[in-house]
Amino acid sequence: MGKLDVAGETTGLGLTGTAAWLGPHAATRNDAAMPANRLVRFIPSHNPSMATALSLTHLGSLMRGVRSVDEVGAEERAASLAKRSIKKSSKLWALDLAVRCMDLTTLEGADTPGKVAAMCAKAIRPKPGDATIPSVAAVCVYPLRIADCVEHLRGSTVRIASVATAFPSGQSFTSVKIAETEEAVRVGAHEIDMVIDRGAFLSGDYQRVYDEIVAVKEACGPAHLKVILETGELGTYDAVRRASILAMAAGADFIKTSTGKVQPAATLPVALVMMESIRDFVRETGSPVGFKAAGGIRTAKQAIAYLVLTYETLGPDWMTPDRLRLGASTLLNDVLMQIGKERTGAYQSADYFTID
Amino acid sequence: MACCPTSSSTELDVRKTYKLFVNGEFVRSESGRAYRPDGKVNVPRGSRKDLRDAVRASRTAFPGWAGRTAMNRGQILYRAAEMLDGRAAQFVQLLGGGARARRELDQAVETLVWYAGWTDKLSQVTGTVNPVAGPYFNFTIPEPTGVVAITAPEVAPLSGLVRRLAPALCGGNVVVALAAESQPLAALTLAEVLATSDVPAGVVNIISGQRKELLPWLASHMDINAIDTAGCSADEIKAIEESAAGNVKRVIKVTSDEQSPYLVAAFMEMKTVWHPIGV
Repeated sequence: MGKLDVAGETTGLGLTGTAAWLGPHAATRNDAAMPANRLVRFIPSHNPSMATALSLTHLGSLMRGVRSVDEVGAEERAASLAKRSIKKSSKLWALDLAVRCMDLTTLEGADTPGKVAAMCAKAIRPKPGDATIPSVAAVCVYPLRIADCVEHLRGSTVRIASVATAFPSGQSFTSVKIAETEEAVRVGAHEIDMVIDRGAFLSGDYQRVYDEIVAVKEACGPAHLKVILETGELGTYDAVRRASILAMAAGADFIKTSTGKVQPAATLPVALVMMESIRDFVRETGSPVGFKAAGGIRTAKQAIAYLVLTYETLGPDWMTPDRLRLGASTLLNDVLMQIGKERTGAYQSADYFTID
Repeated sequence: MACCPTSSSTELDVRKTYKLFVNGEFVRSESGRAYRPDGKVNVPRGSRKDLRDAVRASRTAFPGWAGRTAMNRGQILYRAAEMLDGRAAQFVQLLGGGARARRELDQAVETLVWYAGWTDKLSQVTGTVNPVAGPYFNFTIPEPTGVVAITAPEVAPLSGLVRRLAPALCGGNVVVALAAESQPLAALTLAEVLATSDVPAGVVNIISGQRKELLPWLASHMDINAIDTAGCSADEIKAIEESAAGNVKRVIKVTSDEQSPYLVAAFMEMKTVWHPIGV
């Protein structure tokens, strides 16, 4: 992390100020905040982003150093990119990518094994009888439904993502969140979608949020961790950027906009702010972090707008399911209908697609 | 100009911008195009995307309209007749004035009143109780087919359209109508009548433009359940029938001077129910 040591260099993350007085302060604070054995436990040397995080442990300073977001500029840029016209073969390519990057989601109290089985079948083969439509990236379910997914997705490329950590509010005990995460991974989740404790974040207790993410990341073991910021509850773009940096510094593999349970959910300007945070973070640390938009993405047109935004902000390396996801429960049918329209030349009807 | 018969030279001439009628709103074509059917007035030249929006709006409006009571649909159609009659002078002028225009307007008003009366009598006339050899009560009832596309005839641009529109609405269908290409003003003004008659948003959508450009999109649209060819030539009907096969659309071929409850039935699906006796 030599870059951080250069005094006076202004970085997008505002890390420079922190770098000047790391060391003793950070050590003191951490010694006070947690027992020594926990501190050691939270230093996995194989993870560069976490190492960075540790060298910047004085979170208050890190958070204060995050530069603020130009609200008008972000909204204008997002709006102008959303207008880009993607047609014909480019549109087909984008729609195919949207399917491959999709996390097919059902997060209802009324989810049954049968409903999850149907969704898994759709995840593997989105359009029955048409092998040219690829499988989606993953299914996203509540922890109790993971076992159903394991059964129905066996032999496919579709990953199993589970929400955990007292989704959707995150208002529970850290020990419960860790236990839930460990259990979810044990029964077969490949990816964990955790929520941050917005109450703690909004009251300024960044340390608590950070520690929880670190602890959950550790509980994930080999599973990927997506950190849901629930931007609809954060209030400002500045807070979104701070939360993004915080989550990435704590070791998130992905940062994700929303749970889908709060309005507003994913919006383009918020996605832009998060992607720019990722870009700046990657520029400084070298370790890539993925982005997942979720909540309120219902049409192929919206999905393509997110793809354009990703391409223009993070570049072609992010146009892959390893680094980009679109979480959605009702988007897939519209994407399939648009693919049908491009292929046949006739506008499609919902009558010919599954009722989810 | 076209809509202001009483304006004198000292009054400001408020020229009207004719608009499409989509989802209960008066909109310009998304394409931004216009054409001049009579060489004087600009009329929006609708595109396939306007049609797409209209079909989407009507599909959304369909359950609500079909689910209304027959009596309520009748009241709304009657209200449309009242509103149309109240603007008789404007329509007569739009139709070129004179006795022929007056006759056409009267015919349109009478058609609306006539079909308004049929809404709650339709199932008695077209429905049946079927004799079956078993312990079942077997009956057939008409149900609306869904989204209906209507092409208004060039002759009689108002009454021709109303004669196809009214029976479709009477049965609980929703409509995407193409105005007569050469004389679209009456159809576009009819939208103002419908908008003030409690016809819910999206139940009727009226698009003006070039029929040659728009017909293939209507005929192939998978979410349109029936297409009425009153305004089409034999060649156009043949092309429509070929494209309509994609989703087995009903292609309705009647001339627009007819008036009958069986024309309502042409827009309906007949549902037969077997109900066990003694259960």
